Amino acid sequence: MTADAAALDILLAVLLVFLVWRLLTLSDLFKATILFIVFGLLLSLAWVRLRAPDVALAEAAIGSGVTGALVLDALRRLGAHGAVDEARPLRLNLARLSGGLLVACLGAILLWSVLSLPAGWRGLSAEAMAAMPHSGVTNPVTASLLNFRSHDTLLEIAVLMLAVLGVWTLDAEPKPSAEPAGPILDLLVRILLPLMVVVAGYLLWAGGHAPGGAFQGAAVLAAGGILLHLARPFYLGNHVIIRLVIGFGFAVFLAIGVMLVVGGGRFLEFPSRHAGTLILVVEAAATISIALILLALFVGNVREGAGRDAP
Amino acid sequence: MAVLDWLSMALVGAGTLFFIAGSIGLLRLPDVMTRLHALTKADNVGLGLIVLGLSLQTSGPMEVVRLLLVWALALLTSSCACYLVAHATLQARRETGHDS
Repeated sequence: MTADAAALDILLAVLLVFLVWRLLTLSDLFKATILFIVFGLLLSLAWVRLRAPDVALAEAAIGSGVTGALVLDALRRLGAHGAVDEARPLRLNLARLSGGLLVACLGAILLWSVLSLPAGWRGLSAEAMAAMPHSGVTNPVTASLLNFRSHDTLLEIAVLMLAVLGVWTLDAEPKPSAEPAGPILDLLVRILLPLMVVVAGYLLWAGGHAPGGAFQGAAVLAAGGILLHLARPFYLGNHVIIRLVIGFGFAVFLAIGVMLVVGGGRFLEFPSRHAGTLILVVEAAATISIALILLALFVGNVREGAGRDAP
Repeated sequence: MAVLDWLSMALVGAGTLFFIAGSIGLLRLPDVMTRLHALTKADNVGLGLIVLGLSLQTSGPMEVVRLLLVWALALLTSSCACYLVAHATLQARRETGHDS
């Protein structure tokens, strides 16, 4: 590594720690939110430096973009009174101390498990790379996520679905302002939205052989939906069609797993001849569902007085 | 080849200057409107100069097209974001009756 690259890495590391410290201690929640978004962008830069472009894409799109928009939206609903957190800067009390101890214990366990690995162990990457020809794709990250450890990914989608249930049990959205968004935001939506749909499709397709995949594509699609919601507020509600689309990705994933068992194989163990097709089908279904899930997290429940679709 | 490299350096350097000026403006200027004025120059001209400088280092026309697309998207979103921030500021001023 050259000296200037090392300098950039050190600068990044120091900046990341500084940003976390600032955003945890600031009493102005708006500033803390902006710092959180900046932190996400710098973190994705750090992932690029670690040569993990897939993680960088996911961090920029989900960690910084969609989550940043979610936090900003929550802040707006808190109103002027909620914008300053009197509890900050955080002081030590019993609850925080015990929480901190718990985290420290978890960290110690993680550290211990890393240290207890046999010396000179090279990890599972050699086995994973050896199995790549049977995975159906050429991008090792997609092979890991959708083939070698597809159980994890299946359960991740289930967790996202549960998150939507959580949002739906909370209060309904406040009424939007009746004011039209104005011509500029409309123009932006009209140009950006089709581009975002194309980019999401590209990311989904590229996932097989290059950085990309279902989560990244879905995040871009969801961001397009959020932009549209900001320009022309709409409500998803928990209409049966919405619920079906949200469950679609999980259902397809599960159905393929069950079909493999019925066909005499093992659960989610793709036969290498059809693995590529199966992964693409699962990813396409998951993209649609995850995009709607992320959008539902932002848009929230049906507006009061319009809850006829609610069961 | 060396001439191209020098030209790239000069263009990227000039672009960086615009970003530095924009950052100083963001920190030093008194209110939202003047800060926006400083920031959009950095976004539009600074990024444009850097894209031009990088275009001289590419291996083919497709990369140049991609770089130009990045610039065009940044131009579109930064000018729209600038308008939206300015619009929201004006509205807030009208509601509260004083400068924010």
